[in-house]
Amino acid sequence: MLYETLIAPFVEFEFMRRALVGVCALAVGAGPIGVFLMLRRMSLVGDAMAHAILPGAAIGFLVSGLSLVAMSTGGMIAGFVIALLAGLVARTTELKEDASLAVFFLISLAIGVTIVSLRGTNIDLLHFLFGSVLALDDHTLLLMAASAVLTLFVLALIYRPLVIECVDPGYLRSVSRLGTPVHLIFLALVVINLVSGFQALGTLLAVGIMMVPAAIGRFWARDITPMIAIAVAGGMISGYAGLVLSYQTGIPSGPAVILFAGILYALSLAFGTAGGLLRKLFPGRHLEA
Amino acid sequence: MRKNLIAAMLAFICVLSSPALAQEKIRAIATFSILGDFVKNVGGDRVAVTTLVGPNGDAHVYAPTPADARALADAKVVFVNGLGLEGWMTRLVKSSGSKALSIVASSSVKPRRSADEHGHDADPHAWQSVANAKIYVANIRDGLIAADPAGKAVYEANAASYLGKLDALEAEVREAIAKIPADRRRIITTHDAFGYFGAAYGMEFIAPQGVSTESEASAKDVARIINQIRKQKIPAVFLENISDERLIQRIAVETGARIGGKLFSDALSDEKGPAPTYIDMMRNNIREFSIALQS
Repeated sequence: MLYETLIAPFVEFEFMRRALVGVCALAVGAGPIGVFLMLRRMSLVGDAMAHAILPGAAIGFLVSGLSLVAMSTGGMIAGFVIALLAGLVARTTELKEDASLAVFFLISLAIGVTIVSLRGTNIDLLHFLFGSVLALDDHTLLLMAASAVLTLFVLALIYRPLVIECVDPGYLRSVSRLGTPVHLIFLALVVINLVSGFQALGTLLAVGIMMVPAAIGRFWARDITPMIAIAVAGGMISGYAGLVLSYQTGIPSGPAVILFAGILYALSLAFGTAGGLLRKLFPGRHLEA
Repeated sequence: MRKNLIAAMLAFICVLSSPALAQEKIRAIATFSILGDFVKNVGGDRVAVTTLVGPNGDAHVYAPTPADARALADAKVVFVNGLGLEGWMTRLVKSSGSKALSIVASSSVKPRRSADEHGHDADPHAWQSVANAKIYVANIRDGLIAADPAGKAVYEANAASYLGKLDALEAEVREAIAKIPADRRRIITTHDAFGYFGAAYGMEFIAPQGVSTESEASAKDVARIINQIRKQKIPAVFLENISDERLIQRIAVETGARIGGKLFSDALSDEKGPAPTYIDMMRNNIREFSIALQS
């Protein structure tokens, strides 16, 4: 019975196994990115990016028609340009990161809609570009695995300055000039994870598996490293449970995964050991030496 | 003598005025390309047709532009499919302030309920059966006559000749289907648009999505379809011109079913494509069915 419910779907159907591998790869790469985004108060960047890539996708469409490779590449380039411009403006002027990102993504969206309408078509390009977790082919899986590996590797290289940047950017600036390059490299990782996630799984899953597990991790750990570990684990558990939920009940897969992550979030909010509501209402006795 | 002269003058005036009449075309709007093709065939030279959702566009999720609203304000007669296809149309007609005569082309078609077990809405893709297309053409003829009584004879003649072509098409479809063995008349497509075709000609269509292209598939749906293909040995899966094809490719790989050619369901192709008119579209579809299902 338990086997029938929890394991049989993955044994019987290849698309379920691929979906599971896909969400796990996404959770590994996107989990740490999400934690850093949350700590830097940039949690909404994913949604902005989902619109910002439109002009790149549209130019890819103009050049080579409805080709996923061309449109993803274009989207990736557009995402880089927007993230870099927003990051540079935030670094060098008074405008904050979220405001400059909002401005650039809106301009980008406007350019994208204009380009699409030049072609005189009303095909929803992003609808075409954004994939489904149930339809992962070899290329898409390789792309997602590659972006997860690249993310972990680059994060390992820039981990220390990035953490200091998150908690005390002023201090980092006083001891090192790495602040700006580290920030820009981090933004590039954000774009890579989001765009590969969009075209493989769609916006809801890509952004959802990035941000919701990060918020879960925040309620269980105060240090960044365990927070990341919990976020990755939370993403994987949500992915697996959501797929089972979608298989058993017929809820579309993307929403099922995020709904399950939402349940984990609600539990963490209530019972979390690091700032959960119950802990706040009934604080434990102070430990005395 | 004098009577003759008057008659001759009258005849002369008629000759002079008729080209002037022909220049002043009746402006008609059709909401999507297939309906536009019907109106073109019935209206002939007397009618200038504007199609709102062009070739390869998706009428389910179309967002109207100001140019559409302007075209609508100038139009004398507007043809819509009805059956819930154009949710945006009623609002567009209202906001454009159009005084055009509005004709529902599918009126008096017997609506099918959607094949999806959850949905209780009518399936809008009625034109996929040629018998329904003939009802569309009759409604369009009557609508054009109501908007432009002077052209009655022309519209009746055009409609009669087009209905003749549709009769020939119907025979062609039935002949092609008859050649496919009865136990192989089962097909998977991306979007459930062939319900009327299936009911009229005895084919079974199974779709991984609901009737609208907007809904997202669940793991349960996909698993059900894969099981069904394996169990019933469904020979072919088809892609359509407007849906995400990755899902269908995944199902095909997993079941070993053959991926058929391109079908056209909701929109015609452009002039260079394989389905620039309704008749070409139906021919293209039955040709693809035959190729995929025969061997």
